[in-house]
Amino acid sequence: MSTAPVTLGSMNTTLRDAAPDDLVLSCAGLKRTAASQVILDVERLDLTRGRTYLLSGANGAGKTTLLRVLAGLDRATCARFLFDGAPVDLAKYPERMRRQLGFVQHHPMLFSTSVQANIAFGLRAAGASGAEVKRRAAAAIEWAGIGALVDRPPRGLSAGEKQRVALARAHALDPGLYLLDEPTANLDDNGKELVTRLIDAIGAEGRTLLIACHDRDLLGLPGVVRLHMTNGRLDNSL
Amino acid sequence: MELIETTRQALELLVSGDSGLWRIVWVSLKISVGALILISPLAIAAGYLLATQSFPGRRLIVVITQALFAFPTVVVGLLLYMLLSRQGPLGSLHLLFTQTAMMIGQMLIAAPILVAFTLSAVQGADPRVRETAIVLGAGRLRTALTVLGEVRFGVMAAVFNGFGRVISEVGCALMVGGNIAGMTRNMPTAIALETTKGEFAQGVALGIVLMALALGVNFAMSWAQGAGAQRQ
Repeated sequence: MSTAPVTLGSMNTTLRDAAPDDLVLSCAGLKRTAASQVILDVERLDLTRGRTYLLSGANGAGKTTLLRVLAGLDRATCARFLFDGAPVDLAKYPERMRRQLGFVQHHPMLFSTSVQANIAFGLRAAGASGAEVKRRAAAAIEWAGIGALVDRPPRGLSAGEKQRVALARAHALDPGLYLLDEPTANLDDNGKELVTRLIDAIGAEGRTLLIACHDRDLLGLPGVVRLHMTNGRLDNSL
Repeated sequence: MELIETTRQALELLVSGDSGLWRIVWVSLKISVGALILISPLAIAAGYLLATQSFPGRRLIVVITQALFAFPTVVVGLLLYMLLSRQGPLGSLHLLFTQTAMMIGQMLIAAPILVAFTLSAVQGADPRVRETAIVLGAGRLRTALTVLGEVRFGVMAAVFNGFGRVISEVGCALMVGGNIAGMTRNMPTAIALETTKGEFAQGVALGIVLMALALGVNFAMSWAQGAGAQRQ
């Protein structure tokens, strides 16, 4: 574990070795209220480019909510939000941020079409040409080592296989920041190992990862920065 | 014994390719399939929007749609008749007693079924389908098509149910079509009116075709759903 160039909770003095433009994401005063209850209240969150962050915390601590808010699926208010150094209005969730963000949900959902179509989905949505879709989908399939799964119906895949397809689907779009929600939860040892290897590979490509992780499976990854949440707040108890 | 004799005559009519009979079948299919092709995209889109968007009056629209389910088709015909008749507001279009009028009537009858079935199919979809599409950068249209694709059996059920209702409805077709031979005489109006003139064999023959169609559509639907379930 390295020293964290990240500001947590009320600590706001640790931006030592991170120049502001090294931050892929920086926000202050991130709040989400649902049914008049504050379920997310993040005073400050800075993610340095190329780092892997492990977000732990009990069930209901707000890990998934934080990821969903960052992915634009849940509404939140934010006093200040910078993405790639430019201010962002979360309510209007800009296309630019969407394209740079790869969110893989807990128990990822695969469309019932085919593994190939799943991986090509984002490329098609981005308007890539047929040849480019083919090339980049093939590259993602090879990257994730899921060539053997391509001809199988998505619903028949195991949890670990689905997770790898979902990671390949995100990887095909080459986002700068990955948000992964419990990527190794409920996987058998083999599945866990294969998925961990892919996450490690993403980090090695210099991408930033924010991983909600209930257990401590991924602590073995090199240079991870640990974050912890309690009752919707990020704290620095680790 | 008369029933057996009539059935024999009906089968003969069917097998001999009686042009009058098959003309009626053709008119029926053309109008009903045409009505569904025209109304389905609109009604399915409306069902999707009702399921995914929240706006003032949404609940009211949902309740009205469901209430229209039970709307008597003859009343739809009556309203349409008043609109299209010479003195009506749309009288200048001269649509009364045409296939177009019948098609409009069938579109109105099928629409609530299509909307309500699509609405419930989309509401029953895994919310992650929509979320995943959005996160992967899909725009509104692609997201909608993706969600509808995932609940395609529900949407197909909507279309088949709509077809089942319009292919066999007699009230509206009679009111705005007028049962004109070779023009607006379809299977239900022919059965309802020609039988009273003693054309039993034709009525039974058309009844057989109508039932075969209804059963065929149901079989196709169950088969598709079964195949879908096996793939899962």
